[in-house]
Amino acid sequence: MSTQTVAQNKHLVIRETTKQSKLAKSALRGSVLPVVVLIAWQALGSVGILPAQLFSSPLLIVMTFIDLVQSGEMGMHLQISLTRAFLGFALGGFLGLLLGIIVGMQKKSEEYLNPSIQMLRTVPLLAITPLFIMWFGFGELSKVLLIALGAFFPLYLQTFLGLRNVDKKLYDVALILEFSRREQITKLMIPAALPNILLGIRLALSAAWMCLVVAELLGADRGVGFMIQDARSFMQTDVVFVGIIIFALAGKISDSLVRFLENHLLKWQDSFKA
Amino acid sequence: MVATLEINQVSKTFKNENESVHVLDHLNLTVNNGEFVTIIGPSGCGKSTLLKLIAGLDSDFDGTIMAGDLTVSAPSKDRGFIFQEHRLFPWLNVEKNIAGNLPLKKPDIRKRVDDLITLVKLKGFEKAYPRQLSGGMSQRVAIARALLRNPEVLLLDEPFGALDAFTRTHLQEALLEIWERNKTTMVLVTHDIDESIFLSRKVVVMDAKPGRIKAIVPIDLPYPRTRTSKAFQEFRSVILTQLEHHPAEVEDWSI
Repeated sequence: MSTQTVAQNKHLVIRETTKQSKLAKSALRGSVLPVVVLIAWQALGSVGILPAQLFSSPLLIVMTFIDLVQSGEMGMHLQISLTRAFLGFALGGFLGLLLGIIVGMQKKSEEYLNPSIQMLRTVPLLAITPLFIMWFGFGELSKVLLIALGAFFPLYLQTFLGLRNVDKKLYDVALILEFSRREQITKLMIPAALPNILLGIRLALSAAWMCLVVAELLGADRGVGFMIQDARSFMQTDVVFVGIIIFALAGKISDSLVRFLENHLLKWQDSFKA
Repeated sequence: MVATLEINQVSKTFKNENESVHVLDHLNLTVNNGEFVTIIGPSGCGKSTLLKLIAGLDSDFDGTIMAGDLTVSAPSKDRGFIFQEHRLFPWLNVEKNIAGNLPLKKPDIRKRVDDLITLVKLKGFEKAYPRQLSGGMSQRVAIARALLRNPEVLLLDEPFGALDAFTRTHLQEALLEIWERNKTTMVLVTHDIDESIFLSRKVVVMDAKPGRIKAIVPIDLPYPRTRTSKAFQEFRSVILTQLEHHPAEVEDWSI
């Protein structure tokens, strides 16, 4: 038995060392498609097949990007957008997590709250936007609240789901070991629900980005969304592309952050990794 | 506190919408302080249910169960429980699983956890996660986790049932060692006749539908016992006869 486990450990060590090169390889594979698209785009633009008015060439977009950064305009827009996204995500995410825990832990609060929350969830966010603007105006509050609403539901749902999937058998163990109510939550329910909660955070982040764009396109005087809208009215296609790329990068970076958290916090998981 | 278990007129019925199953029927049993008792019987005789009642995991039954001079109404770490599956927390490594809700930072707990890791022969695996352990190793972690709480009674529900023969023998010997050292009261549910004779002072043979005690066979062999000895064989045939002797409803065996 012990020799077998030693062999297993050895296997693990080998896996650790090959991980690095595997990681590099998978990054390489992931970048093939974007690189091909970029080259084709640039080539088609230079030859003149793609109309420059609608498809600024990648080179021009990069130049515009550098210009925007150097003028400080980009920093200003990005800062306000990130602040909105962060505040909205923090507010909605926190409430989603909190309510998810309350409803997940107590049958009674589920009966009281869950039907209403589920009903609200089915309303398309864009349909609520006009109401938000009427109630809270075009200022920061309506934007942050819209983002919060978008971030709320995924985290609420996943937290609730994760808590309800906690193994009854492990709950029995917690009873035998005399876990206090608090320990049951912090040492059993939350760790067991963590895979779902982290998934909820990822989904909430992407919802937050989406709501940010909606809020800024609808009416704002600053922010990356405003920058896009403003550039559109002046037919500055390159600036529109820069804005889109900024959103894509921000989304990807925040997603990678959660992925990193997942890899770190869920290393105990024994799941299929092809 | 004396860890004598008194099971008095205990009945248990499982009900669902259209039928109710009578699992335990006016069961009486006394387990003395420091005694090693095994409960054996066909599947469905309610032996695991009885163990859960003693643990306090299920309080919906008739009759009374006393542990020492306290009535059992809820689970307690004084009555350790080892399940058929190891039931370790998959997100905790070996030492944290053993410590559970006790702080590993405290020197006395740290020391006792280390001692237990040595006792269950898991040195070098303190930081391993359950997914990296074999079935036998995981079950040893579960045993260490129960022992850390210094239980007066250890309840074991077919703890070695899912293990291979070598690991099982090894763990049975380890359990006897622990019993002889700590004088813990042991109640072990099994379907393995050899295991019951090898381990216990008293074998409780149960009958199914409804679950009741058919016979109590005292095993007065000195430890360590050899499975191949003549006396061991005789006990085996005594218990086997008790198990097979099924007066009325023979067809019940075909479940």
